[in-house]
Amino acid sequence: MSPKKQEKLPMDIGAVIKEPGSSIKNKTGSWRSLRPEVNRDQCIKCGICWQFCPDMSIKMDKKDGTAVIDYDYCKGCGICAMQCPVKCIKMVKEEK
Amino acid sequence: MPEEENKKEIKSNEKLIAGMPEEELIASGHRACAGCGSVLAVRHAIKAAGKNTIVVAATGCMEVVTSPYPQTAWKVPWIHSLFENAAAVASGIATALKKQGSDTNVLVLVGDGGTFDIGLQALSGAVERNHDFCYVCYDNEAYMNTGIQRSGATPQHAATTTSPAGKLIHGKVEWKKNMPFIIAGHSENVYVATANIAFPIDFYKKVKKGIEHKGPAYIQVYTPCVPGWKIPSNITIELAKLAYKSKTTPLYEIENGVLKFTQKPENPIPVDRYLLLQGRFKHLNKIEIAEIQKHIDDTWNKLLRLEETEVRI
Ligand SMILES: Cc1ncc(C[n+]2csc(CCOP(=O)(O)OP(=O)(O)O)c2C)c(N)n1
Ligand code: SF4
Ligand code: SF4
Repeated sequence: MSPKKQEKLPMDIGAVIKEPGSSIKNKTGSWRSLRPEVNRDQCIKCGICWQFCPDMSIKMDKKDGTAVIDYDYCKGCGICAMQCPVKCIKMVKEEK
Repeated sequence: MPEEENKKEIKSNEKLIAGMPEEELIASGHRACAGCGSVLAVRHAIKAAGKNTIVVAATGCMEVVTSPYPQTAWKVPWIHSLFENAAAVASGIATALKKQGSDTNVLVLVGDGGTFDIGLQALSGAVERNHDFCYVCYDNEAYMNTGIQRSGATPQHAATTTSPAGKLIHGKVEWKKNMPFIIAGHSENVYVATANIAFPIDFYKKVKKGIEHKGPAYIQVYTPCVPGWKIPSNITIELAKLAYKSKTTPLYEIENGVLKFTQKPENPIPVDRYLLLQGRFKHLNKIEIAEIQKHIDDTWNKLLRLEETEVRI
């Protein structure tokens, strides 16, 4: 990076970042090539998929307690589908 | 997220899911690989430590992926200084907090390279001085962030870029360092535990215990790495379960110098079922697999004897 460009970066002393959790601006869902789909009728609401998601991209629905995927951040790793004890999550090809 | 909103969100979520608080203290949008075992350990560790915590991170994947300037995934105070001095930084913070009469926790999160090798001196000093902190080593068994170099934690025969499977050597020559025992050997005041990401509740409880322990705590959690171990991203947890069942990752605690298993596999499986799912071990021949099996059995028997006799380490 040229010295000129460096000057333009508004950096506090110590490179302090003042906005907690600001990584949510980074929508990692675009990385995905496979998409998990939950059959919510079969979901037993155990929360195991939630527990094993490395991207915090599963929420347990506030009303009916079933698993809901947050496609803004889900990277499509497939861990949830592999760990679901009743196999109600299927990985399907992501299409444009 | 604006600070006020973040605080509100933290307060409103006190619910438990699958035995753990629903509230997340790191946010989505981090840049860990799909299926990363280490970031899952980080997620659970900070859940266990809670929001009244300062996190200290050494250089490594978990530091890099959670803090791409000007963004951060952290919702608690977090500091990164260098690769080699996380435990020294934690010592300073713990001392300052003590002086202030503060009850804030200090959680240190470092990879195996930063723990077994380059940060060992700082960690040794911090344990010797008996600072009050909880150190979690996420063990993905190599220097992953710089592209898979072997560390003191890489198991024997595993292929890395600096211990390749070639004609002269067939993966790493040396065995893995016994880091939990190295730390336990410092003093009886240190709480030591091993964990495996396939058993998140067990890990969560150990971190909680480490945080509550007055004095130093060292917890080593086994975390598969997708590109480093050459595995498909969906088998991270399955592989970690096989590691446990094959006795590769014994789960124990050392308190007051006495070792106790926290759980044991009911029907152990041969280690090749664990090894051969991974690209880093695909070059292994039968002799090498037998050598690894023998090493695992010997280590296991030694741990059993220590548990039975309650001999202090
Ligand atoms: C003194 C120093 N040497 C080398 C590096 C380059 N470096 C950055 S991250 C890293 C690897 C960290 O490995 P580990 O601690 O095992 O964590 P992981 O990346 O596997 O999560 C290295 C060698 C550095 N930042 N500082
Ligand atoms: S595929 Fe992976 S990232 Fe997506 S919801 Fe499932 S566990 Fe989370
Ligand atoms: S290289 Fe390994 S440890 Fe690093 S983010 Fe990727 S999966 Fe995680």
